[in-house]
Amino acid sequence: MATATLHATDSQAHGHDHEHEHHELGFVQKYIFSEDHKTIAKQYLISGIIWAFFGGAMSIIFRLQLGFPNMDLTWLKPVLGQWIVEGKLEKEFYLALVTMHGTVMVFFVLTAGLSGTFSNFLIPLQIGARDMASGFINMLSYWFFFLASVIMFSSLFIETGPASGGWVIYPPLSALPQAMPGSGLGMTLWLTSMALFIVSQLMGGINYICTVINLRTRGMSFTKLPLTIWAFFFTAILGLLSFPVLLSAALLLIFDRSFGTSFYLSEIYIGGEALPNVGGSAILYQHLFWFLGHPEVYIVLLPALGITSEIIATNSRKPIFGYRAMIGSMLGITFLAFIVWAHHMFVTGMNPFLGSVFMFLTLIIAVPSAVKAFNYITTLWRGNIIFTPAMLFSIGLVSLFISGGLTGIILGNSALDINLHDTYFVVAHFHLVMGAASFFGLMAGVYHWFPKLFGKMMNKEAGYIHFWLTFVGVYCVFFPMHYIGLAGFPRRYYSFTALGNGRMEAFVDMNMFISIAAILTFLAQAIFAVNFFYSIFKGKRAPQNPWNSNTLEWTAPIEGIHGNWEGEIPAVYRWPYDYSKPGSAVDFIPQNVPYSATPESNFPEENEEIAKEKEIEGLLDSQNSSYSH
Amino acid sequence: MTYLIGLLSVVFFVLAIMIVSKSMSLSKGIQGTEQDQDTPLDGANNANAIGFIVFLVLGSIGAAWSFLHSKPDLLPIAASEHGLKTDKMFWVSMGVITIAFFVTNALLFVFPFMYRYKKGNIATFYPVNHKLELIWTVIPAIVMAVLVFTGWRTWRDITSQAPDNAVVIEVTGHQFGWYVRYSGNDDNKLGNNNYKLIDATNSIGIDYTDEKSFDDFTANEIHLPKGVPVLLKIKAQDVLHSVYLPYQRVKMDAVPGMPTKFWFVPNKTTDEMRYITGNSDFNYKLNCTEICGSGHFGMAITVFVDEPADYAVWCKQQKPFLTQNPDFLAKVPEKLKGKAQKYIEAPAAALDSTQASGATPAAATSLR
Repeated sequence: MATATLHATDSQAHGHDHEHEHHELGFVQKYIFSEDHKTIAKQYLISGIIWAFFGGAMSIIFRLQLGFPNMDLTWLKPVLGQWIVEGKLEKEFYLALVTMHGTVMVFFVLTAGLSGTFSNFLIPLQIGARDMASGFINMLSYWFFFLASVIMFSSLFIETGPASGGWVIYPPLSALPQAMPGSGLGMTLWLTSMALFIVSQLMGGINYICTVINLRTRGMSFTKLPLTIWAFFFTAILGLLSFPVLLSAALLLIFDRSFGTSFYLSEIYIGGEALPNVGGSAILYQHLFWFLGHPEVYIVLLPALGITSEIIATNSRKPIFGYRAMIGSMLGITFLAFIVWAHHMFVTGMNPFLGSVFMFLTLIIAVPSAVKAFNYITTLWRGNIIFTPAMLFSIGLVSLFISGGLTGIILGNSALDINLHDTYFVVAHFHLVMGAASFFGLMAGVYHWFPKLFGKMMNKEAGYIHFWLTFVGVYCVFFPMHYIGLAGFPRRYYSFTALGNGRMEAFVDMNMFISIAAILTFLAQAIFAVNFFYSIFKGKRAPQNPWNSNTLEWTAPIEGIHGNWEGEIPAVYRWPYDYSKPGSAVDFIPQNVPYSATPESNFPEENEEIAKEKEIEGLLDSQNSSYSH
Repeated sequence: MTYLIGLLSVVFFVLAIMIVSKSMSLSKGIQGTEQDQDTPLDGANNANAIGFIVFLVLGSIGAAWSFLHSKPDLLPIAASEHGLKTDKMFWVSMGVITIAFFVTNALLFVFPFMYRYKKGNIATFYPVNHKLELIWTVIPAIVMAVLVFTGWRTWRDITSQAPDNAVVIEVTGHQFGWYVRYSGNDDNKLGNNNYKLIDATNSIGIDYTDEKSFDDFTANEIHLPKGVPVLLKIKAQDVLHSVYLPYQRVKMDAVPGMPTKFWFVPNKTTDEMRYITGNSDFNYKLNCTEICGSGHFGMAITVFVDEPADYAVWCKQQKPFLTQNPDFLAKVPEKLKGKAQKYIEAPAAALDSTQASGATPAAATSLR
């Protein structure tokens, strides 16, 4: 289907680009407006990496303010211009940095960069499909994201500054330009950008779901799917069901801002005048926002967990422990993710009874999360572990997921949340459990699939150094942050002078320490950037299956051809985790090896599967016709 | 501070050196056999495995040391009755998660070391164990159930209806400060207010068609009686704000158009806290914890918790807003003018200057 579309457009447009062979794509179609999932994945990845450096740099600037409040920042004036006043960061710009850091990291790096890259790249390759269900929609998805990026980026350069009301942009602050400068044009651009971003996510999500359901190769039943695919599948469902709610929240906010409606506004006196709006509810926005906002946590986390499952199994040379329990827990998390949103709102004045209900539901979600953590640990047990950089980042992810997840048990308890809500304890919690953990998933994925993405190997030693510096750095930044939160330091504070009673002074050291650790961790990412871009061009050529992995993508040609496989797509006969199977001479048996070829390692029930192999073979014709060859 | 930076630099430095030297020596030795995929780089592999143990040991020491170091400043002394309960629950929950934290992280870092790649070793094919999975599904579920239940009971008590004898105080957030209104010395009831009545003087839009407003007084600081339930009625004028009393463990958003509330019992006076902390300048603060604009971080008001007797004296000293701004008598409807009149000082003062001096104490008494 996808290839057919490609060929059709190929023969119509851009004829002048074709000086070579007839079916060779032109530069624009091959690298820019590409419909090939592998190219789109790379586009997402590189956009994500660029955004990550911007988002990280923003955090460094506000960490300078928090760690060194008396520092003379005049040296930043060439970059920040009028946002530096008399050597100090402007208070509004501080809030703008906090807001944009959150927006960029959550949406552009960890949603688009992570899920966009690996769902696009791995779904067709691991399920055995020639491409996405619709290459064209997939291309649109990236370019909508690109447009959203351009608009968001442009908002950094306007005079009134980018959106500054926090990444959650709660109205009325975000609805009233007179409330802060960032709620003017900056917020308009933010909302426009996010609307386009949501469109991009929906197009991507529909594609992922369709592809997983319809385009699996013969023999690839749902119970033979790698856990990466399960994770991407659940992620896409989460996004598809929750992003539209954010879109409507954003639309209503646009109406309130531009067309005088009162969805979120009521009884407001600001700037010396009483506004006419009555009857709206600021809490309504929060419900709508967090109906996406909470699933969003799992939208960034589940792909990282899926990637980790695959990498830990491969490099432990062991099957993932509890394959079905892993799927079940992801299903549980996916379902529960929709009904825990109001734990972000315990102290907003919401009915306390609702608070009780959401506390109950929130603490339930700890159970499937705990199961996942235990299963990862058991997978390591009695393995034969190879520490590739990807494996290191995966183990790091599990550690961060546990450490950050545990404090969720405290915050999910509404009685305890009263004191800790909107303090640095929350900041520490979610940076560990969703920020750093998902970032580690992204890194693990890049190191693991780089040979497949670019046909080259990354430098391992640089990868090790990158991991250890980042891992130690992340803990040094976010572990002490819990203490600051427990001392009652509210987040989004430009300075802590108003706390009084020597409370600020008690944590001056700690804040300085965190800032230094953050700067070092950020600088350590340069090792990755150099390694990444250097290896794309100068890296050693990758072997066919560098990690001796079972999944289907490693059977495809190294150079990543259009349509993924030459000739027939391989059929699948077994699950993806036959590592170190007793009786087998090699410690891995890829999914496309039939049971009939491995009588020495088959379990009794697997010998019965041999009979079905003929059946799987017989599906070839129908599969070929479904790809319209 | 120097210790902290020193510690950090040492950790970074040692790790970097360790890994660089290991991998350098390794890549030298391995160059000939690079293409051989069946022998992973043993040396670097061991170094990384040891790295996890080093991380576990140094990390545990760092976690324990940093905790003990900052313990005195964590959860500032609780100064409300429910705060004592939630603090206790916090430390119990913290104990549970600390155990889980150390056990799981230790296993996570020890296993990679124990089961690092060794030539000739074969990993155990161990795909599933239903009993094991059942155990670690049920145990967290039970622990969660206990935590939820205790949490729910405390939450229910905290958010229950305020007792009838509660002192009612209205706190209104605006960019960037807090307005405070007391329900007055006569009726202990707050009068209505309306954002459309706000002007330069009447900054919270007190409605003088409501007779309950007449004795309400405003203040630039908050006074609370110790040991008596206090009901905060929380409002916002422009954008979201959030009332945060860190010592009293009180937090509740202020939402424009939707009044919220929080009741609690302060149990330590400002003087007691000054004594406990040894800081004679100690003052409770009410901070803002919901981003509200450039002045968000400085949006604080001082709170005094007094002995009930001192609190009563302070209240008696306050003059109703109407007394301080007699012009607002004009807004009072005709039929209530009589009731409002007694809060107007000016005629009394005029009376005082022309007539016998006995009238003044009478008028003043009526204020109280």
